[in-house]
Amino acid sequence: MSDETPARQVPIVGYLELGDDPHLCASECTDCGARYFDRRNACANCGGTGFSQVRVAGAGVLKAYSVVHNAAPGIPVPFVSAIVETEDGTSVRSNVVGLDDPMAAELGMRVELTTYVCGTDDDGTECVAYGYASA
Amino acid sequence: MTRFARYPELDALDLASQACLDAFADGGVGIHDMDVLAAGSLFQPQGFGQRLQKQIGQTGIPVYNVTNACATGATAIRVAYLSIRAGEAQIGLAVGVEQMGKMGLLAGKSRSERKVFEPTGRYEAVTSIDGILGTETMPGVFAQAGTGYAYENEGVGFEQFARVAYKNHLHSTLNPLAQYQKEFSLEQIMGSPVQSYPNTTLMCCPTGDGAAAVVLVSGERLRSMPAEAQQRAVKISASVLTSDPWVESGQVQPDVNTLTRSAAAQAYEAAGVGPEDLDLVELHDCFATAELIHYDNLGLCEPGGAGDFIDSGAPFRDGRLPVNVSGGLISKGHPIGATGVANVYEISTHLRGEAGDRQIEGARVGLAHVIGLGSACGIHILEKAAA
Repeated sequence: MSDETPARQVPIVGYLELGDDPHLCASECTDCGARYFDRRNACANCGGTGFSQVRVAGAGVLKAYSVVHNAAPGIPVPFVSAIVETEDGTSVRSNVVGLDDPMAAELGMRVELTTYVCGTDDDGTECVAYGYASA
Repeated sequence: MTRFARYPELDALDLASQACLDAFADGGVGIHDMDVLAAGSLFQPQGFGQRLQKQIGQTGIPVYNVTNACATGATAIRVAYLSIRAGEAQIGLAVGVEQMGKMGLLAGKSRSERKVFEPTGRYEAVTSIDGILGTETMPGVFAQAGTGYAYENEGVGFEQFARVAYKNHLHSTLNPLAQYQKEFSLEQIMGSPVQSYPNTTLMCCPTGDGAAAVVLVSGERLRSMPAEAQQRAVKISASVLTSDPWVESGQVQPDVNTLTRSAAAQAYEAAGVGPEDLDLVELHDCFATAELIHYDNLGLCEPGGAGDFIDSGAPFRDGRLPVNVSGGLISKGHPIGATGVANVYEISTHLRGEAGDRQIEGARVGLAHVIGLGSACGIHILEKAAA
């Protein structure tokens, strides 16, 4: 019976919102609009200290990438490391996922945010990561 | 400077001492002439400068221990430079050293599965994100900097990046101080194992050991020195250090461009020269992808024209503007703290006409550039002395 209970899930980073409609959430400077994914003390662009939480668009384009074949021990390779520019102009770092051949990644390709389980801890809690799939 | 190589039988004090004593002999000065010491190293434990004094001379002068990523050596030079500019010193010593051995990748943590997923740090990450949310390895980060340039500009691809490495390996065959002095064909470079595409192994700098040192002197003090010293002295026409200003994409990918462009603009302004006046450039080719984008960042090529620049042969030693005739970081090596001093050594040696087989004939003006992630960019423009 217990295996029908969905495992508890946690996002890999605080700025990934899970639920029925997974998306990224940024802290946006209320003065200049600069967006950040980390905990902020002030805005590195304008020095403002007011921030609001905003939803980041899921669709974007691949504007830089690398096919990584050598990484620290324990990290599966190859993988496609990516910088994505979302439709609302936010740069996001992640991987391109779902390609049969990593060399199929192309600059300018249209991508869409997706989520997947990337690990389970000793309590059975699942870690959910985000990546970008070809759109 | 010492040859860049691997010296398992020596320690960093041996390497730095050798570079300092060589610099003293070259300049006809000694430790008792020095008013200030700036000692740069990224990986040596704190207090390295004081330990170095205990080998080469404890004279009670101020020591500045300098760490500033891959710009550590250039920053050490600038600390001595600033002391002289401030009038606190007339003559100073800047040294950079590193003993890295075979460190391999310098960033990226191995992911041992955590027992319990608990949010930590400013991103509230529950596990190491390297390899899941992009890469933290240097070959990968700089690969992305290169592909980002290729996305914005025409005529840049795998072959253009590989050609940069071909050039620097070729150049290194003339430099007895280079860690590697071997030519590779373009096919060998493109066919060597991929580290992070488009950077193959032969497009990445090695880790290694080495040291370099320079003696800096005020114009006033120089005039009291022997004629030979005055003739061999090289003028520092610009010394600039910048950090990375805010850019939107810099939040997720280190921006190595904006601070280099800013440093270049400041350096050209201070020196009263432009890129067209340069006879040679030593720039920070930690990876082939990095060199290519710095052609544009330093204004060596037309805006957006870095691909054409390498394809035209311009940065080869017989081209219009030789770049990294030392072999660059890719082949000369990159013992991190020494790199920014070694670049100044290389330019100075050409301006003095003492570069032997690799001499760029008639060199009068040169530019030395380094960049460290985080980020810091150092540029020095050097000119042949008028004397």
